Amino acid sequence: MTAEAPTAAQAGLLSCEACQMLSRPAAPGMPEYCRRCGERLQFRHYGSVQQTWALIIAAAICYLPANMLPVLRTTTLGDSEGDTILSGVAFLYATGSWPLALIVLVASVMIPLGKLVALAYLLLTVQFGSVESNRERTRLYRLVELIGRWSMLDVFVATFTVAMVQLQPLMYVQPGAGVLFFAAVVVLTMLAAEVFDQRLIWDSAYPHTERHG
Amino acid sequence: MGSSVLTDSPLSSPVACPDCDLLQRIPVIPPGDKACCTRCGHVLARKPRGPSDLPLALAFTAAIVFVIANTMPLMDLSVLGRTASTTVVGGAIEMWREGEQITGALVAFCAIIAPGGYIAFMLTLLFGARRSPVPVWVASMLRWVHHFETWSMLEVMMLGILVALIKIAQLATVHAGIGMYAVGALILLFPAIVVTFDVRELWRRVEWDHDDAFMAAAGSASTADSQA
Repeated sequence: MTAEAPTAAQAGLLSCEACQMLSRPAAPGMPEYCRRCGERLQFRHYGSVQQTWALIIAAAICYLPANMLPVLRTTTLGDSEGDTILSGVAFLYATGSWPLALIVLVASVMIPLGKLVALAYLLLTVQFGSVESNRERTRLYRLVELIGRWSMLDVFVATFTVAMVQLQPLMYVQPGAGVLFFAAVVVLTMLAAEVFDQRLIWDSAYPHTERHG
Repeated sequence: MGSSVLTDSPLSSPVACPDCDLLQRIPVIPPGDKACCTRCGHVLARKPRGPSDLPLALAFTAAIVFVIANTMPLMDLSVLGRTASTTVVGGAIEMWREGEQITGALVAFCAIIAPGGYIAFMLTLLFGARRSPVPVWVASMLRWVHHFETWSMLEVMMLGILVALIKIAQLATVHAGIGMYAVGALILLFPAIVVTFDVRELWRRVEWDHDDAFMAAAGSASTADSQA
């Protein structure tokens, strides 16, 4: 590991996250902006670990009502019935479309939970200064970024079910309180993935790295 | 495009990997190839094959398809002689009216504003990039495009609509509309724009032109001094 070339931070260089241009800071402690594109420059995201923790804790709190409260409320001839995400999955399974049931189950229940666990794991390993399996942890982060958007699936399912099934007074569907919490989980975990600075994963391997900002 | 002296150098100026911060130089990449970080494997650069105007043509196509996708009905539903149809905007508005304003706004953002913004920005900056020197606003727009890309979720919406369709199909007759096919076309056009667009080349041109402008400004300043 001694022959390893240094990182931009070790070389005292700021890398622009928008256009990848390298700049040398003019004065310590001054906010820097990329001279090519104007993006704010930071060695590492300011308060990345704390902000990511705050966002995933908020998302974890919303995860429970998102799964327990009904996302849809169907009224058929005066009878009103609430549907949670899991009962929606059960409905799809019972009506024979098990591939769709599986897709919704993975996108709505497993992906958000997986993201929370993965980000918590990345944060803990960064905080404890782990130097193990950096490549794998980086790959895990990329996976979180890549699949995060798919948990929006159920929000779209709810939206278009509500938009289509408006045959008053025969039958109509209204959104339930669960939708808002569910959307909150998706947005908060996506923001958490954006705020987390993946370069921190590699910093512990090189203790001489200065932690700027 | 610009001066050819700089492109002849075998290695470009160093870059830091966005995923692991390792400093490295990117070699000249043959068209259709990519360069990966030596430490973490992140794709640092890609050299697209094909003409440089292709992304502009694709963005223009996407703009037309986007209008169709948002004006034509996504699906028609009929039950007991009654029919109803909805558009993408219709879905968001219905959510808003039913008391879920935040969710409605989020749906509108991810399904209309973000993809629309992406197309509008790409179209404008690709037109701007045809000019030489590259206008300064192209750099600012290029910086923002990435955010629209992150929040544009057309492919997720498409799957969501399909799931909703299958759920409703148990209760009523449902037909896919023209809007649905347009959304499908957009889902293919978006990655096509990303793959054919040479971001690094455009950033490099922005840099040179800024430097040229700086040199020109410095030059004119010195002549102004000598005259005074």
